[in-house]
Amino acid sequence: MITLSVNGQPRQLKVPDEMPLLWVLRDELDLKGTKFGCGVAQCGACTVHIDGEPVRACITPVGGIGDGKVVTIEGIAGNRQGRAIQEAWLELDVIQCGYCQAGQIMTATALLTQNPTPDDAAIDVAMEGNLCRCATYKRIRAAIKSASGQPVDDTRNRGTEA
Amino acid sequence: METTRRLFLKSGVLAGGGLLLGFGLSACTEKDDPGPVTAVTDYVAISSDGIVTLIAKNPEIGQGVMTSLPMLIAEELDVLWANVRIETAASDDKRFGAQFAGGSMATALEYMPMRQVGAAARWLLIEAAARRMKATHDAFTTKAGKVRHKDGTTFDYGELAAEAALLAPPDPTKLTLKDPKNFLLIGKTQKGYDNPKIVRGEPIFGIDVSLPGMLYAVYLKSPVYGARLISCDLSAAKAANGVKDVFVLKGTDMHGLKDGIAIVATSWWYAQAARALLSPVWDEAVGKLHDSEIYSQTAKTLLLGEGEVKEKRGNADAALRSATHTFDAEYNVPFLAHVPMEPQNCTAVVKAEGVEIWAPTQQPNDGKALIAKTLSIDPAIVTVHMRRCGGGFGRRLENDYMAEAAAIAQKAGAPVKLVWAREDDVAHDFFRPGGYYRVRAGVDASGKLAAYISHSVNFTREGKIVQGDEVAGNAFALTVAPHTRIEFSKIETTIPTGYLRAPVSNALAFVHETFCDEIAHGAGQDPIAFRLAHLNAHIDDYNGDRFGGYNPSRMRAVLKTVEERSGWRSRASGKGEGMGVATYFSHHGYFAEVAKVRVTDDGKWRVLKVWAVGDVGNQIVNPSAAKNQVEGAVMDGIGSMSAEITFSKGRAVQTNFQDIPMMRMPQAPEVDVQFVLSEFPPTGLGEPALPPVIPAVANAIFAACGVRLRQLPLTEQDLRAAIDTART
Ligand code: FES
Ligand code: FES
Repeated sequence: MITLSVNGQPRQLKVPDEMPLLWVLRDELDLKGTKFGCGVAQCGACTVHIDGEPVRACITPVGGIGDGKVVTIEGIAGNRQGRAIQEAWLELDVIQCGYCQAGQIMTATALLTQNPTPDDAAIDVAMEGNLCRCATYKRIRAAIKSASGQPVDDTRNRGTEA
Repeated sequence: METTRRLFLKSGVLAGGGLLLGFGLSACTEKDDPGPVTAVTDYVAISSDGIVTLIAKNPEIGQGVMTSLPMLIAEELDVLWANVRIETAASDDKRFGAQFAGGSMATALEYMPMRQVGAAARWLLIEAAARRMKATHDAFTTKAGKVRHKDGTTFDYGELAAEAALLAPPDPTKLTLKDPKNFLLIGKTQKGYDNPKIVRGEPIFGIDVSLPGMLYAVYLKSPVYGARLISCDLSAAKAANGVKDVFVLKGTDMHGLKDGIAIVATSWWYAQAARALLSPVWDEAVGKLHDSEIYSQTAKTLLLGEGEVKEKRGNADAALRSATHTFDAEYNVPFLAHVPMEPQNCTAVVKAEGVEIWAPTQQPNDGKALIAKTLSIDPAIVTVHMRRCGGGFGRRLENDYMAEAAAIAQKAGAPVKLVWAREDDVAHDFFRPGGYYRVRAGVDASGKLAAYISHSVNFTREGKIVQGDEVAGNAFALTVAPHTRIEFSKIETTIPTGYLRAPVSNALAFVHETFCDEIAHGAGQDPIAFRLAHLNAHIDDYNGDRFGGYNPSRMRAVLKTVEERSGWRSRASGKGEGMGVATYFSHHGYFAEVAKVRVTDDGKWRVLKVWAVGDVGNQIVNPSAAKNQVEGAVMDGIGSMSAEITFSKGRAVQTNFQDIPMMRMPQAPEVDVQFVLSEFPPTGLGEPALPPVIPAVANAIFAACGVRLRQLPLTEQDLRAAIDTART
């Protein structure tokens, strides 16, 4: 029996140690917000926090987490930066298909926690591992800046008038 | 739970484009009691507290139709967007007409019908008020969910809905729609309806479906297309942790179920882990000769000879001979994978009395038919629930994973969720076909294109050009040159191909628009001035076919606008920076784009900025979403320039994202988007912004470092080698 802290709740699990956290969350705990994209740490769709650090749940065996505190997209609103990121994502209408966005939000929240006002270079480094197949990068960048109180050139509504 | 009777005003699109309206009656249950709910059409339900539920008829793949189509209804219905709730339609083409996400068609096809639905519902509400007050329609106005009589009497839609639903519906084509200058919603940004759920991680995608007693499956197929299963020892996998069953299925259809081995387990990971315990023996001989090296050797030889003539105008050979400047070049593009972010998946419950399916799909009703065929059952007993798709890009026009899930669930006798690993998705894509091209052109003494000859090598299956491929597209040069010939040669392939975002155009734009830049430079002309001169010469040749014909004046307008916005005339070049331009007409949309790139001596290239100007008609429905589509399409196009799928002995060599370079945050350029509003009806935006960015970047690289790029993907090594060669 493994005991895991997920979004502040202790959860009891009867799974092998090597089962990746991603599948524990999705199939055992029915927390479907964390997404499967590649299974090999190449896309970032499965990003969650363990003790505030962004990790790829698809390659993290559940048995190695110990008393690390896991936070998923379902719990990110409990974090001040997480809430700010969610709000900025909505305000700037970032999303296309949305499938990558849980991972993007988790990585962006961890970035803001470590660096309250990231510049473009810091955003590039932090976000490079998170693929967005719809390529909403321009808006993700703007939303991270907006959530961190930096000025944003919001061009969403420009260029559509006669 | 309370059961409410819902009245439906039956509607559907008639063959001639009109809307068919009629009544139906059905019962439904409401989870939270919003008071009596009345459906005034198949698309509109109004509760007594004024909440209006609108139906989004098409699959949502990130293109925004779940929000934009209901906006069209809400506009004419005159309701507050804050009071609108959106639900995805049932997959039912009898009620909703064609339901698909493809070809950037939703706006073009639905702009009028959806507005008419809203207008018809509004008419019924006014009629109900008119009957109450024994007055005529002209005594009433509507606003924000209320009908108001000129004497000041007002009714909430909620109180009229039940009466309205009992009335005979109007002929929607006779209704007067709003003057666009009075639009309150159309043309004003409404944010993606599902966005709040997405940022909270709610389970709304196909892959998130969860049913009581559900099992999970993987389906192992040969990576060689068309291979047959000879034998497989299933015992080790059957004994593995969490595994419930392992069985073989016989393939029936290259677009559906293929030979394979299903592993069904209590968690997806158990099924996936058990896969390593299978060592199937396949007959893979069919793939032997299907190899990228062999394909490219064959194509080289074919391009030396003549092709089969598909189309010609005038005498291209003679015009070429008498031309002042002549050009002759070979281009090629690779196969590409779709890799939508959400891997293919489908959840199925198969019982004798009916089959229920949940899937991310771009063609739900085709999926229904495919499942019926696969299981040999009546399509009428198949219910398909459209789920939000984590991207589509054309991959989910194919429903092979739905056929697999249904066949596995039938045999397993339990609800089953099939999920493909990313490796399955790459191996079993319906790829964007590669292609090889020789293009020749002649420019006369006046600087005009006199001749243009295109010889393509196209892939075929059983002699027919494969899906997702064509011989010629809407190339500008082919449109304007007086003497043209389009010829093609064939290479037979076993590789499954399909439609990738802006199919055909995503390859041909690169070939013809990069070559166009070569021609302009070779003839000593500015690439924009060169195009404008030819467009001007043909400005009156538009044949009036809005959807088929190339309209030179629309292209001229976007090209002039991008010239201005990008500061084209005062552009600085050299020092490894350069700007390039390209145009393309596809999916009814006209786009001209300028890219600015930086190239360093070591072959690294980066797109700094793209200016995209498009004409997709007289109205942008949802500005923020429209711009998001253009930004995404531009970046998608640039990203695709680094990717390729190659084949060895009939199987894809690449397996996952580590082999498929994609655009990521550090490579994302600035994108400046501008729409030019023309007099034409609105059309879609998922695709047309993509094709021109590829040649625009190729042309910018030429401007930056003098290297003419004729082959994709563009790797750093190739570019560095070309820069070195150009130096020596
Ligand atoms: S699923 Fe974990 S990084 Fe892609
Ligand atoms: S929004 Fe579709 S993958 Fe990012």
